[in-house]
Amino acid sequence: MHKVAQPPLAYDTQLEQLEIELLLEAIFRHYGFDFRSYAFSSIRRRIWKRISAEGLPNVTSLQERVLHDPQVMERLLLDLSINVTAMFRDPGFYRAFREQVIPLLRTYPFIRVWHAGCSTGEEVYSMAILLEEEGLLQRSRLYATDINEVVLQQARAGIFPLERMQEYTENYIKAGGKRAFSEYYVAKYDGALFNPSLTEHVVFSQHNLVTDRSFSEFNVILCRNVLIYFDRSLQTRVHRLFYDSLVNFGILGLGSKESLRFSQYEDCYEQIASEKIYRKVR
Amino acid sequence: MAYELVVIGTSWGGLHALRKVLSGLPAGFDLPVVVVQHRHRDSDHLLVSLLQDHTPLRVCEVEDKSELAPGDVYVAPAEYHVLVEPGHLSLSTEEPIRFSRPSIDVTFESAADAYGARTIGIVMTGANDDGARGLRRIADRGGAAIVQDPSTAESAVMPTAALRMVPEAKVAKVEEIGKLIARLQARQKAAKRPALASEPSRGKPAAGGDGAPPRETR
Repeated sequence: MHKVAQPPLAYDTQLEQLEIELLLEAIFRHYGFDFRSYAFSSIRRRIWKRISAEGLPNVTSLQERVLHDPQVMERLLLDLSINVTAMFRDPGFYRAFREQVIPLLRTYPFIRVWHAGCSTGEEVYSMAILLEEEGLLQRSRLYATDINEVVLQQARAGIFPLERMQEYTENYIKAGGKRAFSEYYVAKYDGALFNPSLTEHVVFSQHNLVTDRSFSEFNVILCRNVLIYFDRSLQTRVHRLFYDSLVNFGILGLGSKESLRFSQYEDCYEQIASEKIYRKVR
Repeated sequence: MAYELVVIGTSWGGLHALRKVLSGLPAGFDLPVVVVQHRHRDSDHLLVSLLQDHTPLRVCEVEDKSELAPGDVYVAPAEYHVLVEPGHLSLSTEEPIRFSRPSIDVTFESAADAYGARTIGIVMTGANDDGARGLRRIADRGGAAIVQDPSTAESAVMPTAALRMVPEAKVAKVEEIGKLIARLQARQKAAKRPALASEPSRGKPAAGGDGAPPRETR
């Protein structure tokens, strides 16, 4: 049994890299999921997690299993997609958005927001709440996309774990929330069911940042802690997609430790808050 | 082959120890240093400035895909894992590993895989066993392993756990770790001087034949 979530030390790292590249190529050609330009060290950890869990000795043996057993592919897919999120994650971001972006959005008759890589939707509901409190939700449309249909179903359901409501309430207050957070949900079974009126202006749909094109023009694009899993070449491609999808003076919001610095698009934006909020200026 | 990367892991009591190690580094120190310190999510900028006060080296918080530059100190942000890639750092918000995010093991293991024998790993004061597995991996890949003398650590749990996993690690008081790193570098430079031309360039992943000692399977 291989208990280690690690390659054995006898493993030649160049050989291992070759095997991982072949595995990702095989997954792309057979199943259409394109992980070939994901950040290597992170995807490598997650591949080894699956190799260990399946009791296999090496990457090549996982490739054999993945190609001949779609259920192994399903399990690997769950390992490869990271769905860690929270409502009003990094409250400072939402506070800055409220203070510095909302005044700009008020000048538009209609506001289109793209939330790329929305996972289970916690941050989409957060933005809907914020827009609602600022009186802008009625003239907004939020397009919330993710590569993974399973998480989108959870997002549509709008039920989040009850035990996280205390954390989310604290985040909401720090983010400058104007009401009692509990006004937005009712406790139901083990979950907090969020007011369905919040999603009347949300469209959840599948979209793959790696392979799909732009589908509209937006005033705001939010993509937080998604690009960190991509390598630089793919990050640049996705930044081109965002740039092409934003109106002039449109807003781009990134994760708090993400940067445009390495993307070749840094000069096209100006940062308008201490948080990672940028405005397209050329 | 010369050392190209220093990774330091610590938790409880780490601020004091980190200040001493950074201020003990020799003048003109020219390796990138990645620091993983467990801490509260609201303390990011504070830690950077508290460390900056004690070193002439530039201290910054890791952003995704930060380039590793000689003599810069990179501090892992709270709530993110830091993964070492050849020449730069990536972030991840994967689940905490053994209750830690950032996890010292994640950073050390990725450093061992990307830099192999060119890595110096240091485990210092802390109240859990994070870092022990990562240091084992650095040592297995032929890198240098250093552990703070547990009897001088504010919390001995972390260095003790690291020494249990890596008994051959060099043991030093925090005041001496800077000097120890300088000595390791000097020894390598002296030993490798005639063969400089054949050094592999940075930016390539560590290969099997990277000068590491013969590896064993577990």
